[in-house]
Amino acid sequence: MTAAPTAYDKAATDATRGVAVELTGLHRSYGPVQALDDLNLRLAPGELVALLGPSGCGKTTALRCLAGLEDPDSGRIEVGGLDLTRVPTNKRDLGMVFQAYSLFPHMTARQNVEFGLQLRRQSSQQRRARAAEMLDLVGLSTQADRFAHQMSGGQQQRVALARALAIEPQVLLLDEPLSALDAKVRVQLRDEIRRIQLEVGTTTLFVTHDQEEALAVADRVGVMRSGRLEQIAAPEELYSRPVNDFVADFVGVTNRLPGDADAKSATVLGGSVPLLVGSATSGPVTVLVRPEHLVVHADPNGPDAVTSVSFLGAHGRVIVGLAAGGQAIVQVPSSAVSNYPPGTRVTVRPTGEAALAVSART
Amino acid sequence: MRPSGALLGVVPFFAYVTVFLLIPALVVVIGAFVSGGRPTLGNIRALGEPAVTSALWHSVVLSVVTAVVGAVLGAILAYAVSTARPNGVLKRFVTSLCGVLAQFGGVILAFAFLATFSAQGFLTRLLGVGGGGLWLYEWDKGLMLVYLYFQVPLMLIVFLPAVEGLRPQWREATETLGGSTALYWRKVAGPILLPSFIGALLLLFTNAFSAYATAAALVSQGAPLLPLQIGGTFTSEVVLGQEGVGKAMALAMVVVVAIVMTAYAVLDRRASKWLVR
Repeated sequence: MTAAPTAYDKAATDATRGVAVELTGLHRSYGPVQALDDLNLRLAPGELVALLGPSGCGKTTALRCLAGLEDPDSGRIEVGGLDLTRVPTNKRDLGMVFQAYSLFPHMTARQNVEFGLQLRRQSSQQRRARAAEMLDLVGLSTQADRFAHQMSGGQQQRVALARALAIEPQVLLLDEPLSALDAKVRVQLRDEIRRIQLEVGTTTLFVTHDQEEALAVADRVGVMRSGRLEQIAAPEELYSRPVNDFVADFVGVTNRLPGDADAKSATVLGGSVPLLVGSATSGPVTVLVRPEHLVVHADPNGPDAVTSVSFLGAHGRVIVGLAAGGQAIVQVPSSAVSNYPPGTRVTVRPTGEAALAVSART
Repeated sequence: MRPSGALLGVVPFFAYVTVFLLIPALVVVIGAFVSGGRPTLGNIRALGEPAVTSALWHSVVLSVVTAVVGAVLGAILAYAVSTARPNGVLKRFVTSLCGVLAQFGGVILAFAFLATFSAQGFLTRLLGVGGGGLWLYEWDKGLMLVYLYFQVPLMLIVFLPAVEGLRPQWREATETLGGSTALYWRKVAGPILLPSFIGALLLLFTNAFSAYATAAALVSQGAPLLPLQIGGTFTSEVVLGQEGVGKAMALAMVVVVAIVMTAYAVLDRRASKWLVR
């Protein structure tokens, strides 16, 4: 029997440019802190993988090891089939965009973009042409003669991206490049990064602590905890089929609701929920249910009561105090938000989407 | 009302500047063009006399040499200190020490050097080094060494913030783009630090150029430096009525220092755009 193609296989098949990257058994510790603990990660040629996780989970260390800015204690780093584990950073042929403030302040945007090309001994004519092309790609062709202090944070990050891509690196590394920007610019630039990455086809590793960012741009998202990959999958799979409660909690909003498991389903809030692979299958369990997988109905005789409501633009959230204890967050259409003022008696039921259940003790 | 309240707060500052800076400067400027209560250019013409031009030349040479040597040594020391743990004991100790040593001049410093290097000094007698100690009283040997004693720590204090303003991302960006450490210093860190370095060098120049007490305490033969010449015009019991010439020399010093400090301000403004301190 042939296994179904994974997101990695799909990316590998789609790739026209870019090289494969493989991190195998990486370990890195700082004194007693284990930053990377047997990390294994593969990136298909041309794929964009986002590493997501809380602070200190090891995602930045993994990226810095790939860049050569940190040395792993053990393990192997391969790029395009070549072992780069002990190769110095400046010989790795990588492009990197940092969190912020990485532009050389004494150079204009154009000079920044030309810098890597100058090191590759390109003629000034070639450099200028390539810099113009790259600045055009990131939408900053009119800002070529500006210095970093004359540009906004978003523009600076665009130039940093142009500089990293100008040298046509084998791998592009993005180290939380959007975290210092305000929300609107972040979304704009996020989409632009994805557009450009698809256009140039460079294999890309994107480190972020922002789940929305990771889910929006990546072919696959890896969730890390304590130096290990908890799960790596396509965004929709990660969201709808988390392998454990850490991933479910970290990616998206999750209700932890008490239930009773019976083989392949569990009873939750008076309704039945099919259980995902890897769930606890018997006895009292905690079922991890997404807010959009719950429905709320106004019911004067209902056991539960609305405690608060929030309008979030495209949709709204109703927080319901449950008679059985605890609370449930329910997603509703934004037009329905006004139907649930605090104090409204309601009933909450699952929609029947599959969910993960963990033993009630965890 | 708020604006007048704010102005009230800076009154002591302006009073201080007026009494201790503006009025003395005005006295010097006016005095340089007055002799015996009458306006004259004689004081300015006196600046061309060999004793004055020689003293000016010595002052400039002494200031340039101690500024350049002090700046280079201080910059190296500042880089070394910047690599220490941010709030570590070593860093706090060295910066505090330099803060004190940068202000350690005058008679006390001269005495410290006399006690160490003069003919009867500790090292001269005990170890037989120092070549008899007479060099210590010469402006181009002794004073240079003594001035470096406060120039190097001053450089560290002034230049350390610039070195610490270098962002690690600049080095890492250079490396990921294919550059070596040497190239980083040549193409990135060097040019970024250059305005701060030259600015600090100019500050060291003015520091040495205007120093008086240390030189006065150490040099007893003649007045080989401009500040000593100026002092002589006010204290000499041999040649009287030279206050106007003294003020003209002081005016020359003010002009030199003003030019240098203007250049410093321009460079500092440029550096502050590049370096977050």
